[in-house]
Amino acid sequence: MVNPFMDRRDFLSIHGSNASPVAVKRASRRASTGLTPVTGNLTKAQALHLLRRCLFGVRVSEMKSFTGMDVASAVDALLNVNTTPSVLPLNYYGNTTTDPDVAYGQTWVTAPFNGTVNFLRRSSWKFWHLGQTLNQDTTILEKMVLFWHNHFVTESESVPDARMNHLYLKTIRDNALGNFKTLTKAMTLDPAMLYYLNGYLNVKTAPDENYARELQELFTLGKGPDSKYTEDDVKAAARILTGWSISVSGSVPSNTFTLSKHDTTDKSFSSFFGNATIKGKNTSNAGDLELDDLLTMIFNQNEVAKFICRKLYRYFVYYDITPEIETNVIAPLADHFRNNNYDIKSVLAKLLKSEHFFDPGNMACIIKDPISDISGFCRQMEMAFPPASNPEVQYTHWGYLHTFIQSLQLNLGDPPNVAGWPAWYQEPLFYRSWITSDSLPKRNQFTDAFLYTGFKRGGFTTVVDTLIVTKQFSHPEDADQLIAEAVEFLIPMALSSSQISGLREILLPGGIPAYNWTDDWNAALNTGASNHATALSSVIAKLKSLYKAIMNLSEYQLS
Amino acid sequence: MKRKQFIKTAAAGTLLPISLNGFSMKSWSQSSLLRLLGARAMDSGKVFVLIQLNGGNDGLNMVIPLDQYSNLSKARNNVLIPDTQVLGLSGVSATGLHPAMDGLRQMYNNGLVNIVQSVGYTSPSFSHFRATDIWMTGSDSNENWTTGWLGRFLDGQFPAFPTGYPNTTMPDPLALQIGSQVSLSFMGPAQNMAMSITDPANFYNLVNGSTDPTPNSHAGDELAFLRLMANQTNQYATVIKAAAAAASNQSSKYVSGNSLSDQLKIVARLIKGGLKTPVYMVSMGGFDTHSQQVDSTDHSIGSHATLLKRLSEAIYAFQDDLKLMGIEDRVAGMTFSEFGRRIMSNGSGGTDHGAAAPLVVFGTGVQSGIIGNNPAIPSTVTVNDNVPMQYDFRQVYASVLADWFGLSTSEVSAAMGGKSFNPLPVFKANLSRINDWAEVSGRVQLYDVQPNPVRDSATFRFYTDGGHLDIQVFDALGNRIAIPVSGRFVKGEHTASWETKGLKPGNYFYQLSHGNQRTTRVLSVL
Repeated sequence: MVNPFMDRRDFLSIHGSNASPVAVKRASRRASTGLTPVTGNLTKAQALHLLRRCLFGVRVSEMKSFTGMDVASAVDALLNVNTTPSVLPLNYYGNTTTDPDVAYGQTWVTAPFNGTVNFLRRSSWKFWHLGQTLNQDTTILEKMVLFWHNHFVTESESVPDARMNHLYLKTIRDNALGNFKTLTKAMTLDPAMLYYLNGYLNVKTAPDENYARELQELFTLGKGPDSKYTEDDVKAAARILTGWSISVSGSVPSNTFTLSKHDTTDKSFSSFFGNATIKGKNTSNAGDLELDDLLTMIFNQNEVAKFICRKLYRYFVYYDITPEIETNVIAPLADHFRNNNYDIKSVLAKLLKSEHFFDPGNMACIIKDPISDISGFCRQMEMAFPPASNPEVQYTHWGYLHTFIQSLQLNLGDPPNVAGWPAWYQEPLFYRSWITSDSLPKRNQFTDAFLYTGFKRGGFTTVVDTLIVTKQFSHPEDADQLIAEAVEFLIPMALSSSQISGLREILLPGGIPAYNWTDDWNAALNTGASNHATALSSVIAKLKSLYKAIMNLSEYQLS
Repeated sequence: MKRKQFIKTAAAGTLLPISLNGFSMKSWSQSSLLRLLGARAMDSGKVFVLIQLNGGNDGLNMVIPLDQYSNLSKARNNVLIPDTQVLGLSGVSATGLHPAMDGLRQMYNNGLVNIVQSVGYTSPSFSHFRATDIWMTGSDSNENWTTGWLGRFLDGQFPAFPTGYPNTTMPDPLALQIGSQVSLSFMGPAQNMAMSITDPANFYNLVNGSTDPTPNSHAGDELAFLRLMANQTNQYATVIKAAAAAASNQSSKYVSGNSLSDQLKIVARLIKGGLKTPVYMVSMGGFDTHSQQVDSTDHSIGSHATLLKRLSEAIYAFQDDLKLMGIEDRVAGMTFSEFGRRIMSNGSGGTDHGAAAPLVVFGTGVQSGIIGNNPAIPSTVTVNDNVPMQYDFRQVYASVLADWFGLSTSEVSAAMGGKSFNPLPVFKANLSRINDWAEVSGRVQLYDVQPNPVRDSATFRFYTDGGHLDIQVFDALGNRIAIPVSGRFVKGEHTASWETKGLKPGNYFYQLSHGNQRTTRVLSVL
């Protein structure tokens, strides 16, 4: 056999044609596709596209089980969520700080408020939330929890009681794929939200317009060109919302309505709402009834569904909504949402099963948000975390990731302001705002660090075992197939031939024959081989190097 | 560079003129002064360039032992280079270079090349990966190390990297590898010390200010943005671009279509352009010549000849470039490969994985010459016979660190993972080492073992002027199986007998070592 002499000429050909990606289908810049459902079975690329957009990181097993699945069944499976978490946020801090009402390892969510340990409970909640993303089911739930956290924003640091943070997120979780109108009402009366947007201070003698404004501007109608509510509408809505406050007398905080603080007069709205008048009520449930009327009036506006559909589109498809996409995708999707009584699961099914969602032109075009990047890395590499039996260490490791993600500009639990993270609304950058001169090197440093040294604390090291994922590929003993599978698994677009050659150089330096890798791989897996230990060490070093190289590619940042 | 070391070095520099009075240079052997002079290397901008020859270079066809030619022709007739075509070296009769390496020959004759014979280690590995790891990490054959020798070296010089870097003292990458991956050599205790060139195409683009095309799609738009940001935010992108822009290649001797040349051209530009990066690594592949390494009708051409030609041309042009740029005294380099190849060629006109092999160190700072003897080729070679090591590869590393970069003995030892290796007289920088070497040579002699072939017991005979010496025996694979002689001997001839009962029949190598000197001969066991 003549050895192929591989030189690096193609690395060096700066303007060479071989530098261009070879297999990415050139997408039409025109959105020719619409909401027609895709039929048939998912290809591997389609399965990966769907899973990447619906999960924080895809596991090999998920890729395998979804490949070949009927599109409708696959989407339905992802939408079939169990909203009850397997475990609640726990006292992880008890070994160093005593919580008088909660034993170490027990949950604090129904314990009395305690100002001394509240910040630890809040940390527990934030770390737990991050843990939920790591331990998610193969469903869209965690992605939707983040969507609604970004939509119905509260900032946990501005809320005085960690139990309120917990209730807020529980409400989001319980309704994440439920009914949007129900969720909106629940959020309106959520203690954390009442606190965060001053609803609890909104009384008839001095109405506070804060929530009434955001309800329309950020939560339902939005500021689209056809959203023409007026300042007077904000004032009228604020009067409807008077009288609510927060009770902390029970074991958990709750909202409470005080009729004497409620404005019982009629409230009139602008022509945008058809000059509607909402009758003032004078009963103990007046606040509840008038809120229902207010939401019914708002949800009768076409803008609500369009606003939410645009936001879902930017979360799951791409940020650039052209007039054509507005016509072909957003408008019919909004109609569907409205016609299905604002059922979230239904609108997601419509979008995720559509030709437009699976249009190759809409693949690989989302820059991963920090949670998709970090939690996604941990999930896809199946990195083991400390066991639940040791909450102190488990939460410490979750906390490390939470803090790291915060350094990537996503502080889970504390969006920057009531509008949420700019990446999901701020033109013209959108997702690009995740990438800064600070965050991009950090993203690379994170993957480098957890492939090599990991995070060590409390006697446990969280670090990737590269063999776990590699062994699940169909032909890890074949260097070329291994590279192809690893790239396909980790990167949503094809690489250029020079990039692939570069990766090949890691496993087979200097163009040595492929059996060298095969021999080492087999010896690494065979504990009886005479060179088992050295082969294992060599294979692991090469795999780390391979994954590091793949993850350092700009393409890896795409989803 | 550590501040502490800088101060220490500067102080030594001021003492120099006084200290030199009354002390011979030699008296400073192994001691502080010359080392401290050398220790200014990190300040004075010395650069070392490693050229990795991936696949296992056939050393016997590169540095050809002409005095072993008849045995060699029996062992590898189908790949043998005709002796009439071997390139002679000035002042050397028994050793020559492959006919494709005229550039390197010229450099040797101009005093710019040091060839170290039979570099390897005991119990050699014949696996590409394992052998490469050993060369990269500097471990023994039976150790699995996860840090590299250059990584440990750089970690010692630039502690806590990358925290606090780049800074005004070291604004540039600690090491640069041109190629697809950052070598294990650069792996430090916590992280790789070399600049991570994540995408080789991107690196060339960075240096040359160009960009790769991206697809005409949403994904392509985002990718273009990400690549732009990656280049902008690479903490070293600016300095590398500036260095590349500040210099241009001066030599007309670079040959196009030679990937090593292209890599070295960039290295030369970056050095001239002002990067303070002390270590570069470049590489070329294709040396795993199991078959048809020579043209069947003309052994002086073929795939291995092409590789050696490229290697020689690239180094030659690089050296010329450095000279024209006026930076030749700051730069030295060396070749290395994970192993040499088997003495005996195989039936498909190639050679299989072997053991020790020569390596080439070049630059104006090297002590020109050949260190070590030609490898001894048995008269009857079996498929298992290998070139045994004369010098441990880590002795070469130690020479680079001690005599090129001027590290202290303890710093060298730290970079070598706590092990101690005697440097070789590769560099001019350490005159005392060269003088020591000269004194030692010619003062020991190893005679043929008696009887040979041997059945039960062999008698070694050797001469020494006095001092410690060892005779070690290696099997054909290069594993050390015995040290029959080890101790101090008075001036005169000595003999020592050694029981060979129980040894498998075949070729063995016995090697006398005295100081840095090695003499190797073959013995056959019946």
